[in-house]
Amino acid sequence: MALSDSFKTLRLDSIGRAFGAMQALHNFSLEIKRGEFIALLGPSGCGKSTALNCISGLLPTTSGSIWLDDKRIDTLAVEDRGFGMVFQNYALFPHMTVRANIGFGLKMRGVPKEAREKRVDEAIRTVRLESQAHKLPGQLSGGQQQRVAIARAIAIDPPLVLMDEPLSNLDAKLRLEMRQEIRRIHQSLGSVTIYVTHDQDEALSLADRIVVLRDGMIRQVGTPEELYKRPASLDVAAFMGFRNRLSGQNAQMVGQHDVRFSACGVALQGVAMAPNLSGSVVAAIRPDDLVPVAAGEGLAASVEAIEYRGHDYFGVARATDSTELFFRSTAPLATGLSIALGAEPSKILVYPGETP
Amino acid sequence: MTDTHADSHPRRSITLNATFAKLWVITIWTLLIFFVINLFGIIGAVLTSSFATRWLRSWMPDGLTFKWYFSAWSEFQLGDVLITTFQVVGAVVVLSGLIGVPAAYAMARREFPFKKLVMLIFLLPLLVPPVTYGIPLATVLYQTGFGGTLVGVILANLVPTVPFVILVMIPFVEQIDPRIESAARVFGAGTFRLFVTVLVPLLMPGVLAALLLVLVRTIAMFELTFLTAGPTSQTLVVALYYAVFAAGVRAVQSIDAMAVIYMVLTMIWLVIALRFVNPTQIVTRGKQARG
Amino acid sequence: MSDASIPLSVRLKAQGLDGVTLLVLPAALLLLALFVYPFSYGFILSFRPKDGSWLGNYTKFFSDPFLHDTIKTTLAIALPVTIMNLLAAIPVAFRVRLMRHQRLITTVLVLPITLGTVLVAEGMLNYFGPQGWFIRTLTLLGLGSASSIKLVHNYWGVFLSLVITGFPFTFLLTLSYVSGIDVALENAAATLGARAAARFRLIFLPLLAPGLAITFCLSFVQAYSVFPSAVLLGAPAGPTRVISIAAYEAAFEQYDYSLASAIAMIMGFTQLAVVIVVLMSRNLFYRGPAAGAKG
Repeated sequence: MALSDSFKTLRLDSIGRAFGAMQALHNFSLEIKRGEFIALLGPSGCGKSTALNCISGLLPTTSGSIWLDDKRIDTLAVEDRGFGMVFQNYALFPHMTVRANIGFGLKMRGVPKEAREKRVDEAIRTVRLESQAHKLPGQLSGGQQQRVAIARAIAIDPPLVLMDEPLSNLDAKLRLEMRQEIRRIHQSLGSVTIYVTHDQDEALSLADRIVVLRDGMIRQVGTPEELYKRPASLDVAAFMGFRNRLSGQNAQMVGQHDVRFSACGVALQGVAMAPNLSGSVVAAIRPDDLVPVAAGEGLAASVEAIEYRGHDYFGVARATDSTELFFRSTAPLATGLSIALGAEPSKILVYPGETP
Repeated sequence: MTDTHADSHPRRSITLNATFAKLWVITIWTLLIFFVINLFGIIGAVLTSSFATRWLRSWMPDGLTFKWYFSAWSEFQLGDVLITTFQVVGAVVVLSGLIGVPAAYAMARREFPFKKLVMLIFLLPLLVPPVTYGIPLATVLYQTGFGGTLVGVILANLVPTVPFVILVMIPFVEQIDPRIESAARVFGAGTFRLFVTVLVPLLMPGVLAALLLVLVRTIAMFELTFLTAGPTSQTLVVALYYAVFAAGVRAVQSIDAMAVIYMVLTMIWLVIALRFVNPTQIVTRGKQARG
Repeated sequence: MSDASIPLSVRLKAQGLDGVTLLVLPAALLLLALFVYPFSYGFILSFRPKDGSWLGNYTKFFSDPFLHDTIKTTLAIALPVTIMNLLAAIPVAFRVRLMRHQRLITTVLVLPITLGTVLVAEGMLNYFGPQGWFIRTLTLLGLGSASSIKLVHNYWGVFLSLVITGFPFTFLLTLSYVSGIDVALENAAATLGARAAARFRLIFLPLLAPGLAITFCLSFVQAYSVFPSAVLLGAPAGPTRVISIAAYEAAFEQYDYSLASAIAMIMGFTQLAVVIVVLMSRNLFYRGPAAGAKG
């Protein structure tokens, strides 16, 4: 029987999963409110799929606990948790029709046939797949199979829907379409969705909160805006698209939030991402924020390549200390040209430490 | 980990699931171990008996000796039998490779009329058991004068091995991107050079695997050789059969000594083969081209 | 360009016929000569018996109990063995596919197949014989004795040998089919609430049905053609007189090649009949593609 679906919080308490000596997931703690869309974001091997599998019960945890309100659920077998799960390759039962696939969870729960058929119809309507109801998965396109997988997961009215990179096997156009579908379905259900992805754009557009993982540990939890504008650490910044990482020296705090430092012989100012920065620092700047400025007002560099992007130009330059710099330009620049690159202080994020 | 809350729903905990799974694993292992123990018992009995001075009504033999090996060698003319076996197996391996590999290449690279029919001809000898087609085959061989000769035995053994090589090699050839061959041609390689410098190196692992499997299977191939061999063209397995069949006449220990020699011969090649192939491929005839 | 002047070789190549295609010829010719021809020859020969009439061999076979009983005898051995091997192989393969020591298990199980029926027969005569270790152990454990349990020179000897050489074959085939089913399907079923038994019944069995049918057919065909075991470990004069023995005797003891061919044909057709029945009945269980998850 499904767990109560009027829960308020899902609490993950220091979940850990070890494979022998290797700790795939470490100290994963998160509190999620009903209605939230959470994205687990990170590169391959960061532990996001492990976390998802631990929550679903497919992988037992080696430490920690999972609570639905005040009920402990990590001791339950996967068959009893009642969570809906959408797999990366959909895992549709190839020998069952779309209707049979979607109704499978309800059948396992002993829902009588009439009620079952009604709920299957509802699920099919939600994912807009009415015309394909009697087909076999092999006769459907990738996008349609995706919808069946989603319908199957939501038909059981789960308090929690887990999605493991469901869009990664679709082409770009379909991916954008399905993104909107997923968001819409989530909102119509009103329960919790936990969505695993390595695609930054997906996470930013879909999630209420994003959890960035690396090497099995949570590096930052925040809203998409927080993560985009203020990544908490250098590796999160790198993952979120801050491709420029400059080593700076002689850092000195200016007030509580800003810091002045020198890089490539030029004095720069940026936002301090850690308290009381001094000495060696690393400055992170998005390529789109780094633009050519008047000589002497920015880092001296020579242009190596320039790419037309339609709307503007994307450039690669080499600074005087051999750092590669990625910048944006509104006009084409000749290779070999010496330019100065700069950015607004609010767009320069300064982190402690040596170059990564 | 088993601390839970009070709950009215009858749910199963993870630990109960895990316990069931563990019990099941233990059952499976027990059955497998039982099977394996008896298997080793059978092999061990033969081995022990071959070294036994006398072994009539006791757990272990009265004493141990090597003499049976020598007597078996001369009694069963094992020297000649082994030479025959090597000749047959060697010829079969070489011929099935020479005939089968090019055929597999053609089947993998070309679509032609009646291809399905040809594939059926290649498939049938592997589906029909040797005894069923062996009897008509032996009949024909005897009527054409090949019956009872070494050539006849070799020909008979080619029937299952050529299709086997073809079926194992087709997936291997298909795995090689045909564009590699096109690239070679673009750079000026004629067919022969293409074959020698591009195809052979790429196909070598597959060919090796297939031929090793043919070797192991032919050593153990009983029915076909039995039906087509004459007294001077018997392979070891057939000679062993006759020895066991007429067991009343000779000492069991010398028969077992012969059996051990057969076992060692098979095992050596099996061990070598297993370095290159997955054990499953001996059985599934290359249906799963998995390493 | 007009196509009247396209050379023959190019037109043939468009059909797929060129030098490379000819590489098929040696193999095809070999098998035509050594497989297809003998079979057809044997087929025709079976209709030219010694007594001159057309169906002489077949009437002789079906009127002489010594001959036609062999079908029953062989089926009585082959069918139970195959069913038992398959029923044992399924759960074992199921579990083994998840194990880490898979390769060790498959290597050990390949041994009886490699050693072959003759060696296994010789070993069994010793090991399962009245003085052998197996019976001695049973006696020691109080589970039986040489007088109450007889495992050689009878039906059970043949049965056991077919299990020992047949189970690994059936198991390895089943394992490869079971391994072909995506683990994600099982996981999906589990998240939807299906316990192990339900997953087996509703997901695995339907998807395995085609492969199991093929495994059954291949295993049955092997068991049905049992020969050396039936002679060495059985009682070839009576209870384990299988059809291959009858064929062999006709060819090499009576030198009646015509009758031998007839018996071989009957043997082939019986096997074919069982195979067809099995393949048709599996369609009752499952319709639809046997492929994995994604189309």
